[in-house]
Amino acid sequence: MGERGAVAFGFDRVTVVRSGRRVLDEVTASVPAAGITVVSGPSGAGKTTLLRLCNRLEVPDAGAVSYHGQPLDKLDPLVLRRRVGMVFQRPTPFPGSIADNLAVAHPDATTEELSTALQRVALDPGLLDQEARTLSGGELQRMCLARTLVTQPETLLLDEPTSALDAQPKQIFESTARELAAQGITLIWVTHDDAQASRVADRTYQLRDGHLTGAPTEEVKP
Amino acid sequence: MTTTVSWAGLAVSLLLVAVAAAISWWQRLGLQRQILIAAARALAQLLLVGVALTLVISPGRSIWWSWLWVGAMVGYASMVARRRAPEVPHLLGLALASFTAAAVVTLGVLFGLHVFPLTGRTLVPIAGMMVGNSMTATVLAGRRLTDELRDKRDEVEARLALGQPSRQAATPYVRAALRAALTPQIETTKATGLVFLPGAMTGLILAGVAPVQAVLVQAVVMFLVLAATATTTVVIALGLVRRLFTPDHRLAHLPAPADH
Repeated sequence: MGERGAVAFGFDRVTVVRSGRRVLDEVTASVPAAGITVVSGPSGAGKTTLLRLCNRLEVPDAGAVSYHGQPLDKLDPLVLRRRVGMVFQRPTPFPGSIADNLAVAHPDATTEELSTALQRVALDPGLLDQEARTLSGGELQRMCLARTLVTQPETLLLDEPTSALDAQPKQIFESTARELAAQGITLIWVTHDDAQASRVADRTYQLRDGHLTGAPTEEVKP
Repeated sequence: MTTTVSWAGLAVSLLLVAVAAAISWWQRLGLQRQILIAAARALAQLLLVGVALTLVISPGRSIWWSWLWVGAMVGYASMVARRRAPEVPHLLGLALASFTAAAVVTLGVLFGLHVFPLTGRTLVPIAGMMVGNSMTATVLAGRRLTDELRDKRDEVEARLALGQPSRQAATPYVRAALRAALTPQIETTKATGLVFLPGAMTGLILAGVAPVQAVLVQAVVMFLVLAATATTTVVIALGLVRRLFTPDHRLAHLPAPADH
């Protein structure tokens, strides 16, 4: 996971049609496993759909997506989703404490494991017993990231995770993400914020009107 | 002693319909016509049912006619449920399955364990109360679960994205829907006898049955209704989860009620 040269996701003529509109139009590309890949583009360009295909919350109408060379439709979606975690645009706290939230991802996790997950996203482990919905927006989004990390994913899909955050929590989230990438986790980060893309990206692809540009279409060589 | 109502008595009771219509006219509610139509329709339907029931449950008639009647009630109730909640996908089939399951459970206990003797005279009214009383809960459960899964789609997908199977991801919303659907029936059961005298018991007492016997019958009916609502709602909820998620654990598109 995350080694240089390896391809995390491969898209082969992927088309998604929603309400008669081609949200993704024969996208062919490969996403390297190493570092942070940013997919930027205007609202409605198909960025979220591209991300949702990667952990099979959606499936393409035509074409195929592969993960580390294996077609997604041949992988158990439940296993895939624990290998490929996702953080959504809006934080989605579940009812209960922060510990309850993290336990949804791993019911048998020890307090130590939950504390470690919070530390990885720069949250105080002392917050574990606090009601999740009392956190600020930035903290809440990092809690969602921690919750995803509890499944020990190889890859993280980030769907505009900082779009509702102010400058400082945004900065904290970005540095947390960079640290995770340095630990070998593959990150695919969707954003329409060009400044953010230039701050965090190891490479940037543009998605516009269902077409992806800037991405290699063959396997990336070391 | 058996109390009976004569045709003249029925005609006199229409005065009560006139009272309701008069109040509507006095307060300018504009409901007089609807009140009269509702009363006339109810009377016509009841008379028709009375005639049909006389044929179905008359002595010497095969019990299969009564079972046919029960089947028709289940089918009709499923269509009514579908009409009342068109925003709930696949409700017709699910309601059919849920009423059938409730019939197997409740009629199985009451007749299988000889609480009542199995005759047309017992089967048809018992099944009628089972279907009639659990229909509202069925619609409520289906509607609430569909609303929950649609309105909390982000939360449901966050659970799926953590690798939860669809059944597990839907569990909190299934519980909320079942609680919402069952609570009114539980409250009604608690208040029975104190706040109101239920229909079966009132009818039996009016018909001249000893109050204690009427109470025993009513208690059995209340338990029947509780079991029927619990069974129908759980079948609807779990059935909906199977239909609203794909086999690869994705939540289907759920149109808003306004889209219908």
